Amino acid sequence: MSLISTLARLEAVHSGRAQPTATVRHRHLSERPLVLVPLTTAGEAGAPLGALVGTDRDAPRLLVVPQPRDRDLRFAFLAELADVVLPYIDTFADDVEAAERNETDPETGKRVKVEVELCADAPQLIVPSRAGIELVRLLGRSMRFRRTAEQDPETPHPAPPRVPLLGRWLTHFGERARVPGSALLLALTEVLGRHWATGQSSLEDQHLAALLAWIDPPDGVSGAEAALDAELRRDARGQLVCPPAGPATDPAFDNKLLAPAIERYDRARTALAAAEDGLEADDRLGELTAAEREIRSLVESVTRPTWEAVWHGLDLLRALPEGAHAVDRWTRDRWSFTGHRDRIVAGEPPQPRRDDAVTAANKLATREREQARLDAQEALDDPLVMAGRRLAGEAFAGEVIDVVMAYSEGKSPRPRPLVTVRTDDRPHLGERVKVFRSLGGKPQSAEFVGHEEDGALIVLRVVDKMGRGKEPETGSLPEKGDRICFTLFEHEQRGGAKLPDQEETPWTHGGPPGEESAVQESADPVTEEDVL
Amino acid sequence: MSADIVFDPGAEAGRATDAILRDTLHGTARGVVVDSPPGAGKSTLVVRAALELADAGRPLMVVAQTNAQVDDLVVRLAEKNGELPVGRLHSSDADPYDKALDDLPNVRKSAKAGELAGLPVVISTAAKWAHVKVDEPWRHAIVDEAYQMRSDSLLAVAGLFERALFVGDPGQLDPFAIVGAEQWAGLSYDPSSSAVTTLLAHNPELPQHRLPVSWRLPASAAPLVSDAFYPYTRFRSGTGHGDRRLNFGVPSDGSGPDRVIDEAAESGWGLLELPARHTPRTDPEAVRAVATVVRRLLDRDGAATSERSPDPTPLTADRIAVGTAHRDQAAAIRAALGELGVTDVTVDTANRLQGREFDVTVVLHPLSGRPDATAFHLETGRLCVLASRHRHACIVVCRAGVTDLLDDHPSTEPVQLGVTVKFPDGWEANHAVLAHLAEHRVVWRP
Repeated sequence: MSLISTLARLEAVHSGRAQPTATVRHRHLSERPLVLVPLTTAGEAGAPLGALVGTDRDAPRLLVVPQPRDRDLRFAFLAELADVVLPYIDTFADDVEAAERNETDPETGKRVKVEVELCADAPQLIVPSRAGIELVRLLGRSMRFRRTAEQDPETPHPAPPRVPLLGRWLTHFGERARVPGSALLLALTEVLGRHWATGQSSLEDQHLAALLAWIDPPDGVSGAEAALDAELRRDARGQLVCPPAGPATDPAFDNKLLAPAIERYDRARTALAAAEDGLEADDRLGELTAAEREIRSLVESVTRPTWEAVWHGLDLLRALPEGAHAVDRWTRDRWSFTGHRDRIVAGEPPQPRRDDAVTAANKLATREREQARLDAQEALDDPLVMAGRRLAGEAFAGEVIDVVMAYSEGKSPRPRPLVTVRTDDRPHLGERVKVFRSLGGKPQSAEFVGHEEDGALIVLRVVDKMGRGKEPETGSLPEKGDRICFTLFEHEQRGGAKLPDQEETPWTHGGPPGEESAVQESADPVTEEDVL
Repeated sequence: MSADIVFDPGAEAGRATDAILRDTLHGTARGVVVDSPPGAGKSTLVVRAALELADAGRPLMVVAQTNAQVDDLVVRLAEKNGELPVGRLHSSDADPYDKALDDLPNVRKSAKAGELAGLPVVISTAAKWAHVKVDEPWRHAIVDEAYQMRSDSLLAVAGLFERALFVGDPGQLDPFAIVGAEQWAGLSYDPSSSAVTTLLAHNPELPQHRLPVSWRLPASAAPLVSDAFYPYTRFRSGTGHGDRRLNFGVPSDGSGPDRVIDEAAESGWGLLELPARHTPRTDPEAVRAVATVVRRLLDRDGAATSERSPDPTPLTADRIAVGTAHRDQAAAIRAALGELGVTDVTVDTANRLQGREFDVTVVLHPLSGRPDATAFHLETGRLCVLASRHRHACIVVCRAGVTDLLDDHPSTEPVQLGVTVKFPDGWEANHAVLAHLAEHRVVWRP
């Protein structure tokens, strides 16, 4: 944890309210996000219990699996989810703008610009917490390899149509969420935690209701009290007033309310199956429907508070103006969305179970580059974030007190003016360390020359962005009296080296996938339990 | 005792080197892996292998991890054989290489691989090699510091060569990624693991060698470092107990720093223990204590006697280093040294001290004053680097209570399926080092 966030947390404890750690919103928020509040069944990984989902805060769609261990009911749930999510995604797929992309021409091997489509906007999925993102990934994995009856008439348990497609999309969202700064799939607790520091630990911040209690406590109550209340207060039936944001449920809810309700549902179903004539069946169907309705209302009662909390959180975030670079990152999200749309349209197979060596290395490189870019952009967009970097010795701000013209040696001397900055910051500057400032959105670099007056003055030599002439262009240099801010970190990231193609994976990494030299993955042996 | 008499470090090291060169020059395997403990003559081996491969007429590319390492190798190659044409492939940034290379007539420097084609040896960093494209791969490559190289950067360059010699120190800091890579944990080609891990996962049959003798570490340090960090691949010191001496012209003034200096001069290790306390990372008292120790080391007219020369060499600022875990700690110590009028002493983090060598090191213990022991601070390689940079003595400055801290924080990293557990773990290694340091403790209240 950085010094400034420690200070912010201390201040939050002291004042009883979460302290802002950002002055702008560092993530793009869609005009029309799809909010998903999922619940799973305790003790059965990835078995959905229900969800509230939708784009309209006043009219969420409630999906429920009355018997989560019944695979047919699970499929029905996933099919319903696909009916909500896929049409939402489709509304973004067709609205495109023209864009250019650099591609390697297969004939000449040269880089050429190609006209391509870029979706004008992209879908955005919001889940309450990090565990929600994990569930999206898990659901994606469980669905994308399923086959529908149409794809494969022989398949023993065909999935409903569109379920595999939903799996591919959820996988894409889940994978994209690993890219720092991306916003296709957001966990609300993470985004709120980026913008506010509470007086509790970051582990406790994963409880959405408690986090919101710190950020926006009710009148007259301190954040700490409100958060404790959100975590612990139970009603007369022993149920939490603020149920966990999921996907896990509260054990008291499971034991006292859900389990008996599911049992009633099971009994009603068995009774219906045993019905001997039409009249009896009608009665028993009525009981089954009532039992199912009870489970539905139970699931709604524990998802609705989270649903409201998510929208409340979005309101709080929307009150912040969007950071200048957030839209750039959203554009990359749009590229990512468009790319996946194209892969699906082109009939490519679902994402493989595991990345091959080249894909894994490429993903890691991209994410590292995006992390560095995000760190730099957040600081450039937001003076409060920059203050944190200055406090950490990674940037400094101050007043220009002198600019002296100087030139480089050599045949054609170039301008290398010396700029003296007075600052109270204590950056970690070493000999000839490069520093950067933003000049019209582009980084201008300078070299550290030396300290004067015990570190209060920093002398820099500006080395670029002064034009081609012998004299620096107007406006390309700071002037005496200007307030400027230099960073020790670079503002833009260079692209990494191109990795070999998959088919050219070298011998050190097992050779091309599918060849014998690749390490064979051993399947789990079939045990007795597998065939119960 | 009898082992000491039988053990001839020179012959032992020679045998290991011969076997490595035999496998490299005449073996059939596509790769040879060499594990080298601190100061075991890794660079000497790389230079020798490079010269012999060049002699054998095999075009050679050398991959190192940093520009400093590359420049150092070029200089060493030129020292051994000034006639050999060497190519230094460098980036197109300003000041891409050490200016000392300009004085070497047979070293050609270029930012374009094409301009260096045909030279018997071409050296560059992994990052630069990754941008090189060739029609015909090099016959041979040497990958230096292969344990500090990430699997993904080996992936980017492995297509450039047919066979390779991989040399590195498995005990130093593992490469790291700035974003989570758990997704690939357990895969044989996990891009965030070390190049050697991936290489051996796919090619387990490759010959593996190890250099058995540390020429850097004194007889007082080799057993501890070997036991704590290389428990299954032990190594020995190349020198005996009487071969290295550290003497001071100015007698001790009885203060804590002077007493710990005397203890370290006598035994090779010293622990300056400050009162227990939770402190910020840049603990002002500890920082001042480190700076004072360095100041006194310089003031007391130190002289180091070693097997290198019969006469003592003065202990000057360039022979002393200060090691820390974090950059801000290094910055704070630099500032404190500046106030005491000390310049030219190297102060850096473990990451940046890797591969360097000094007569005396002063270390701010990574866990000093901390309320918790995170995986970062427990990392075996970090402590190993800090405790194995010295030829004569190592002085550790630490707050009391680290042993209890360790006991309160057993390692809790999640177990990843398919990942080889690395021994020893940082927790164990930290305890081993602390137990040894406790015998050389000087308690001091500044």
